[in-house]
Amino acid sequence: MTDLTQSTVKRHPERSTTASVTYAAFLIAGLAFLVVAPAFFYPIFLMKLLCFALFACAFNLLLGYTGLLSFGHATFFGGAAYFTAHAVKEWGFPPELGVLTGVVGAALLGLVMGYVAIRRQGIYFAMITLALSQMFFFFCLQAEFTQGEDGIQSVPRGHLFGFIDLNQSSNMYYFVLAVFLIGMVVIWRFINSPFGMILKSIRENEARATSLGYSVARYKLGAFVMSAALAGLAGGLKALVFQFATLTDVAWQMSGEVILMTLLGGIGTLIGPIFGAGLVVTLQNYLATSEFPVTIITGVVFMVCVLVFRRGIIGEFYASRLGRKLGFEHRR
Amino acid sequence: MVMIFGIPLQAFLGQLLIGLINGSFYALLSLGLAVIFGLLRVINFAHGAQYMLGAFVAMLLLQYFGINYWFALVLGPLIVGLFGALIERTMLSRLYKLDPLYGLLFTFGLALTIEGTFRYLYGAAGQPYSVPSQLAGGTNLGFMFLPIYRGWVVVVSLVACIGTWLLIEKTKLGSYLRAATENPVLVQAFGVNVPMLLTFTYGLGAALAAFAGVLAAPIYQVSPLMGSNIIIVVFAVVVVGGMGSIMGAILTGYMLGIAEGLTKVFYPEASNIVIFVIMAIVLLLRPAGLFGRDA
Repeated sequence: MTDLTQSTVKRHPERSTTASVTYAAFLIAGLAFLVVAPAFFYPIFLMKLLCFALFACAFNLLLGYTGLLSFGHATFFGGAAYFTAHAVKEWGFPPELGVLTGVVGAALLGLVMGYVAIRRQGIYFAMITLALSQMFFFFCLQAEFTQGEDGIQSVPRGHLFGFIDLNQSSNMYYFVLAVFLIGMVVIWRFINSPFGMILKSIRENEARATSLGYSVARYKLGAFVMSAALAGLAGGLKALVFQFATLTDVAWQMSGEVILMTLLGGIGTLIGPIFGAGLVVTLQNYLATSEFPVTIITGVVFMVCVLVFRRGIIGEFYASRLGRKLGFEHRR
Repeated sequence: MVMIFGIPLQAFLGQLLIGLINGSFYALLSLGLAVIFGLLRVINFAHGAQYMLGAFVAMLLLQYFGINYWFALVLGPLIVGLFGALIERTMLSRLYKLDPLYGLLFTFGLALTIEGTFRYLYGAAGQPYSVPSQLAGGTNLGFMFLPIYRGWVVVVSLVACIGTWLLIEKTKLGSYLRAATENPVLVQAFGVNVPMLLTFTYGLGAALAAFAGVLAAPIYQVSPLMGSNIIIVVFAVVVVGGMGSIMGAILTGYMLGIAEGLTKVFYPEASNIVIFVIMAIVLLLRPAGLFGRDA
């Protein structure tokens, strides 16, 4: 029995050497690009892109690796933006603590929403998260500390660790980049941990995971809180980058946007959502000056993706001939 | 002045009526969602957009062709229903074999596209649609003033709800629908054209949404955003009711509409969120929903 298991494991190596080399090459190229990017692009645009990329990756943790479609992630993103903005502006927290406040707040919101929502599966889960997040939206609309329609304006960026001035945009950029990378490492570590493997097994066959003795509800809740906290990290950062937090970030459209980014980039791929976010943010920037509404394009892209492009950009690349030659395998 | 729980009776009944009106729309919309979900296993996110389309069709028919409210009440659902059937035939039907989540995402994209288009064409502001002259004015019931149109909406939507229920529970077509819900393959083997049945069902659901939209046009303003505001609440209604039964969806719609109206009397700040709070409580106590069969 043991021999059989071991030989089976050997015949299915986790990843081929070609893939490892390719991954490393892509990783280095990507990092190099991000380090030199501020020389070529507008820093605010890059920072926005990184925030949304992290947000989408956090969301993908839930949809891609646990199979739960949350339609309420704006709550964590926008909620954390409010918490961070409030902590930094009203309580005078330094930026690192401000972002941490956002993360903790988002995780708590995630705990509450997750606890209610995991009682139903599939489509119901999506509707429940949407409804709860709409409830949070109305809360933010009426609560005092969010300052209603105005939002929290002119949030100070402050000094990181007391001596790095984040008002300089290059300092701010590398701070955002560092946090983004930390977030990505956490996600990567998380999905490759035993916990992440169990999540994947729940995605593939929930009934079987239950029958194997795993407390599925608890694992789902864990994944939900983790995803919420990381979305909060992205939201808190965004509040510092743009120096405001408004209702836009907690509205249901934001939850839809992050789904689109993930779908477009590739559900269940580690880096897909980064590309999806990049594409969506670029598109928004491009259309911001034109009369044509983004919603129509977003909607059409959604429909096209679902109908003919379900693997997303990175998923299609992995499944393509070139992708397979480079040693990637497409799962799912 | 008569008081009830420290609130003037007039205000109490007024809010109760508003609750009943909202409840009528919730009931009509959640009914359509339940009908579509029952057979297609798709949550129709575009339901709000189809409701909005109904209202717009009524308004545009009046503006461009001078067609009045009464014809719009028939033509609106017909046009939107056909549009829905077309969408189902050409696109939605390709997704049945996949995870139901894709159906939700597709209809979400559809909703965004429709809403975005109307916003682009007509702006975000609402446009008025006047109450038909036969139903204008109001009547004094002695204890309160009842605008006739509002009474009409309550009665007509109740009739539409019961009519749909009868169609599904008591007719031959309805029995095909219910059978196809249980086992589509077997029903197809008996010679029933199941794909056609699916198209019809989606069209019916869309038509119901449009019917609600035409009814709503004189009460609320006709605006591209009217659909997305209501659809999320209707989702909560559907979660509370559970989509197992048609009657459950109808009853829950009315109940929650009234609950919302009463909250406006006693604690107005919470009236926006009371339905969501009820949903959360129901989920904690009875995860399958009040009338749900599937856990």
